[in-house]
Amino acid sequence: MRNSIKTRRKAKDGFTYGIIYFCAFFTVAALIAIVGYILINGLGGINWEFLSALYKPGLGQEGIWPMIVSTLMLIGLTVIIATPIGILSAIYLSEYAKKGALLELIRFATESLSGIPSIIYGLFGYAFFVVVCGLKLSILSGALTLSIMVLPIIIRTTEEALLAIPQSYREGSLALGAGKLTTILRVVLPSAIGGILTSVILSIGRMVGETAALIYTMGSSVNVPQSLMNGGRTLSVHLYFLAKEGTDMGQSFATAAVLLILVAFINFLAKSVANVLQKRNRG
Amino acid sequence: MEGRCAMRKQLMIEKGAKGLFLICASLSVLMVAIISVFIFFKGAPAMFKIGVLDFIFGTTWQPTAEIFGIFPMIVASLLATALSVAFSTFVGIMVAVFLAELAPKRTGRVIRSAIDLLAGIPSVVYGFFGMMVVVPFVRSLLGGPGNSLMAVAIILSIMVLPTIISISVDAIQAVPREYKEGALALGASQIQTIFRVILPAAKQGIIAGVVLGAGRAIGETMAVVLVAGNRPAIPQVALDPSLGIGSFFTNIGLTITGWLGSPVRTLTANVAMEMSYASGLHQEALFATGVVLFIFIMILNLIVRLVVRRGNGNA
Repeated sequence: MRNSIKTRRKAKDGFTYGIIYFCAFFTVAALIAIVGYILINGLGGINWEFLSALYKPGLGQEGIWPMIVSTLMLIGLTVIIATPIGILSAIYLSEYAKKGALLELIRFATESLSGIPSIIYGLFGYAFFVVVCGLKLSILSGALTLSIMVLPIIIRTTEEALLAIPQSYREGSLALGAGKLTTILRVVLPSAIGGILTSVILSIGRMVGETAALIYTMGSSVNVPQSLMNGGRTLSVHLYFLAKEGTDMGQSFATAAVLLILVAFINFLAKSVANVLQKRNRG
Repeated sequence: MEGRCAMRKQLMIEKGAKGLFLICASLSVLMVAIISVFIFFKGAPAMFKIGVLDFIFGTTWQPTAEIFGIFPMIVASLLATALSVAFSTFVGIMVAVFLAELAPKRTGRVIRSAIDLLAGIPSVVYGFFGMMVVVPFVRSLLGGPGNSLMAVAIILSIMVLPTIISISVDAIQAVPREYKEGALALGASQIQTIFRVILPAAKQGIIAGVVLGAGRAIGETMAVVLVAGNRPAIPQVALDPSLGIGSFFTNIGLTITGWLGSPVRTLTANVAMEMSYASGLHQEALFATGVVLFIFIMILNLIVRLVVRRGNGNA
């Protein structure tokens, strides 16, 4: 009698283990399927010509150089705008803020920002930066919109890095007669530099992948932008239009492969920084 | 005297710095406020011009005839979200259990990296993959165009998986070790411990993850546009009216596959597709679509906050 209960339980447990292992396998298989499919079909299309040529389909030039330039300009400007604001916010949250309504409000706001869908950012950026502020469809409009989007990532990751610094560092500095600001600038921030770097890298990953918020703030011009007031197409936006038009799948695959490689590289970079940091802190 | 002056200067710098930090931190609050006000300000007038009920429950969307009803899109957004979240909640919890409780260290690390990468793949790449692989698959499975509710649900399922997994793993790992040890000591098997003790204790965190995943699904745009077919109509399925009990079930089956195989347009797709050429009332109606989407997101946000707060209160 007891034995039969035991075997039944064993069989049931075995079945559940099977489901769990299958789900884990499924997740990894999904990733391999997507990445493999894109890379197998796309890698062949990536060559120097593709990376460095302008995009003038009528003239037989079908490269992604203008999109690479637009993407880099967008990333640069967004990092310049969003990083300082994000870091200073995180300093306030971790070093100054006391529990209370204000802190709750700020937390609610950053959480809300990270929950707003990118198409809403696109609508807002179009109505506010493009029309009301008169910035037109430009890299500046796109960067301002994206800055708001990535702010929560930078704030959260930086804040975590700041909170991970032992209280004794601060106490030591204060005991030596340094003021609070000096302590933050000379002791706290330098020890958190790795975490801050990770936050910036993560936010760059988000920028590379963004599409919906950019179509109506940066436009879809295929020219190489001459200034921040010009519009432009990022690689993601370019892939969207290529896929939608559906005329040249080879280009779409190659562009998608470039995007995947970029994202994987950024991911790897963020991980390495975090790892190096962990080792240094432990050592 | 001089020392005092220096100290006062020091104090002013300290105060100034604190003020600067506070201003930066408050910018997030300001931005949420501005975004909400702007979207509502741009969208609300159109809603009243069209009529709130006609707008939300109207089943026809014909901008050229100035008829703006978004009910089919609301239905499509909710259905796609529900289907994908149902699937990924199940798979996500299983994977989270695997990572938090069962996986050997190295396997766990590999799968974690895979999930991070899955989370980092741009949505337009998901859309492109969906267009090339999932849409033909659905076409061969259900017939019809392939661009369909089912294609949307499949792509969204993969996209929300990382969100649900990573938050559930955190929740499971936050369960005190004593719970697990107690259950094991009482003679429960590992599986029983996981499903009867650990998961119930991690319930709130997991629910928060699921709701966040739902937010991500309902707000997703580019991946959806490329696979949805974007027809703004509620799927119509022709039924066989001679209802014997056998054909009754056949009809249910037909209805479900008919719905899954029909092209749909979500709220997000509506905005993304038509913004480029819309003007006047049409453009305002798109902002109003944004308002509806925004309200859905805010409701989900509030749920997360309530769940998390209740969780903290209990602990």
